Amino acid sequence: MTGEYETVEHDVLVIGAGGAGLRAAIEAASTGVRVGLVCKSLLGKAHTVMAEGGVAAAMGNVDDRDDWKVHFADTMRGGQYINNWRMAELHAREAGARVNELEAWGALFDRTPDGRILQRNFGGHKYPRLAHVGDRTGLEMIRTLQDHGIHQGIDIHMEVTIVALLTDGGRVCGAFGYDRERGRFHVYKAAAVVMATGGIGRAFKITSNSWEYTGDGHALAYDAGAALQDMEFVQFHPTGMIWPPSVRGILVTEGVRGEGGILKNNQGKRFMFDNIPDNYKSSTADNLEEGWKYVTGDKNSRRPPELLTRDHVARMIMREVKEGRGSPHGGVFLDIAWIKEHIPNAAEHIKRKLPSMYHQFMQLAGIDITKEAMEIGPTTHYVMGGIRVDGDTQMSTVPGLFACGEVAAGLHGANRLGGNSLSDLIVFGQRAGEHAAKFAKANKKYTIDPAQADNAARAALAPFDRTTTADGPFQVQEALQETMHANVGIVRNDADLRSALATINTLREKAANVAVRGNRNYNPGWNTALDLPSLLTVSEALTRAAIAREESRGGHFREDKPDKDPAFGTFNFVITKGADGEMQLKREQIPEMPANLKAIIEENK
Amino acid sequence: MDASSALPTENTREQTFRLWRGERDEGEFQDFKATVTDGMVVLDVVLQIQAEQANDLACRWNCKAGKCGSCSAEVNGKPKLMCMTRLDQLPANEPVTVEPMRAFPHVKDLVTDVSWNFEQKMKVAKFQPRAPDAPDGTWRMQQADVDRVQEFRKCIECFLCQDVCHVLRDHHKHDEFIGPRFITYVAALEMHPLDTADRIPALKEEHGVGFCNITKCCTEVCPEHIQITDNAIIPLKERVVDQFYDPVGKLVKIFSRRSTNT
Repeated sequence: MTGEYETVEHDVLVIGAGGAGLRAAIEAASTGVRVGLVCKSLLGKAHTVMAEGGVAAAMGNVDDRDDWKVHFADTMRGGQYINNWRMAELHAREAGARVNELEAWGALFDRTPDGRILQRNFGGHKYPRLAHVGDRTGLEMIRTLQDHGIHQGIDIHMEVTIVALLTDGGRVCGAFGYDRERGRFHVYKAAAVVMATGGIGRAFKITSNSWEYTGDGHALAYDAGAALQDMEFVQFHPTGMIWPPSVRGILVTEGVRGEGGILKNNQGKRFMFDNIPDNYKSSTADNLEEGWKYVTGDKNSRRPPELLTRDHVARMIMREVKEGRGSPHGGVFLDIAWIKEHIPNAAEHIKRKLPSMYHQFMQLAGIDITKEAMEIGPTTHYVMGGIRVDGDTQMSTVPGLFACGEVAAGLHGANRLGGNSLSDLIVFGQRAGEHAAKFAKANKKYTIDPAQADNAARAALAPFDRTTTADGPFQVQEALQETMHANVGIVRNDADLRSALATINTLREKAANVAVRGNRNYNPGWNTALDLPSLLTVSEALTRAAIAREESRGGHFREDKPDKDPAFGTFNFVITKGADGEMQLKREQIPEMPANLKAIIEENK
Repeated sequence: MDASSALPTENTREQTFRLWRGERDEGEFQDFKATVTDGMVVLDVVLQIQAEQANDLACRWNCKAGKCGSCSAEVNGKPKLMCMTRLDQLPANEPVTVEPMRAFPHVKDLVTDVSWNFEQKMKVAKFQPRAPDAPDGTWRMQQADVDRVQEFRKCIECFLCQDVCHVLRDHHKHDEFIGPRFITYVAALEMHPLDTADRIPALKEEHGVGFCNITKCCTEVCPEHIQITDNAIIPLKERVVDQFYDPVGKLVKIFSRRSTNT
């Protein structure tokens, strides 16, 4: 089989072309190295387009009390202090510069009256901090990066899926994949690889993620020897569409609540006032009037409880549903129309501030959000866990392999604040690109092992040789999604998690026997069969980590261990592939935080 | 995470879906029977057929929320995003036909080769901002100036406007005309409050804006409701006229040149 593959050589190969991958590629190209960018879909279609609310950066344009220190403290509080504090620091310090850079590349954010970038309120952020473009900030960002990126001399390989990383004596030296159109195999030689593949949402039944998010980057890195971290922390976004069934899971931006949207149960009660966590009591409004004042920009008011962190809001919604106070289709009501009680021309205001939400509900659900409440419920949205990286360079535990964006772990700890993902992409995309280029320049010599490519090719073609009539690739995927949803979802317990682990093992056998029909040309059955191993790897990793974390923290909630245990706040769970091929889970101590950062956290408590 | 069991039952029915199958130039419609419910969109049914009846049925999709512009196709002969086309907007007692966009080379089933579009964007001169307004390297802009351009920047690059444009679809002027999507892209750059480049000469020559005869088909199919013809194409055509064909302006130019020469 050797030599049958189309081979290209780059200095830096970036896998994934969402915000992080594009930013990394642009940065690497700016240093003069040859850059290749591979993406699973067409350019500009990655999940970054779905980000709605905004990009968090403490620019202080709306409230000059904001600065990087407050943003750092907010991020650490949201992450329940198991974040990589160095990443949280760099992120808070650099986000503003990265946002301004987007403007220099053509992005057009909404403006303040004096012509600067406007910033809005969001859950967990003390001050208005999210630069935004109505509710389509992600589209603005990816398009800006795309339109700038295509003029930087980057080689772009669209609709290519990577199935293996190539290594040489422990370092990374390229990747092996196939193009969707013809199913041809390609070897991408590269002295450094940046993983920017996004998330794992397709492991769950209800998700805001598209077919692409099968945890490829997590699994590829793990198979190449890299460590994964914090895999138990999955973010269930509290507000996804739930009706009609075909739109179930589609995101409803937190911006709705940032603009004054309120959550109500079927008795019309704002249930979020019922249970405000102690560490947020001092910063949360205790009456309806104060909450409204906050969203209209009153600096002396505290935020309404609808803007508490996503994990908490999601669990509160689940409680209402469980206790019989839910909406007709198993969620609760999100009401923005009510602001007409407070402002004239509310309908126009809503359409201007939340145009795509208006459009989405009108077209898909026949609901006019300027008149009626939306029915919403939690949806699988984001994974905080990912490839363990060095905070400054974004290099993984495998030399030459870098990671940025959702596929990297550390910045968000146990729970991500809204708006911190878009800033994550550009801050650490830039850093990963810079350091990958540096690594590539300093480590040019490597040898490609043809056997690695041959093995990957053989495994990829195996499903065509099978003749089983058992479950097909889509059925195995669906069974996995059901299991993860039922047993590793918002509310977990030891017995459910163990049963999920057993099911994952059974499904692994089924996946190994999946047969596909047709040829290699644009064949979604085959493509899905090849995504299964990644999905199974990430599902196992997050289930194992969830079993080990015998407490509740951030996105991880155990009904059998409902309290936070300080003993679990000093380390991260880290997963690697053992010599026997089995998953190894261990505890990695969080390094001592420097005194200046500790002081910032104290000041902002 | 939900309370599926408590969901009310819906109206289900069986409907025929007539999907284009085949590769490159060879293909034909194939009928599939699907069980559908109210509120479903065409993409739901296509993915259901793919999962249950035809695993190798090729179709592009991503966000399933009308935001990424991947699932463009022709539904009952009309260019549409499959994810935003509800079955209750289509006749219930007739087969639903779904075929690929016809203005681009066919790849397989519902997938076409849209790479030509990516090449067109490369031809447009990139954004060139004026010098920053403030010492910290930032700019000042008014919301009203930003709003004017936002309409064009909503574009999700689904290429349905390109698919329906006669100049491309029927007259195959792909080498001479960049199409409504990229005229809109030029409009976004030309009307960008910070941009300093002049794309009008290129618009007249390489981009072939003169080919557009303002039939507004592009505007009709735009899922983002961008007023492509009225707000992007016509104003740019006017700029071309002002710069190249305006007789009064030409005379003024000639005389002013003479007077400065003497």
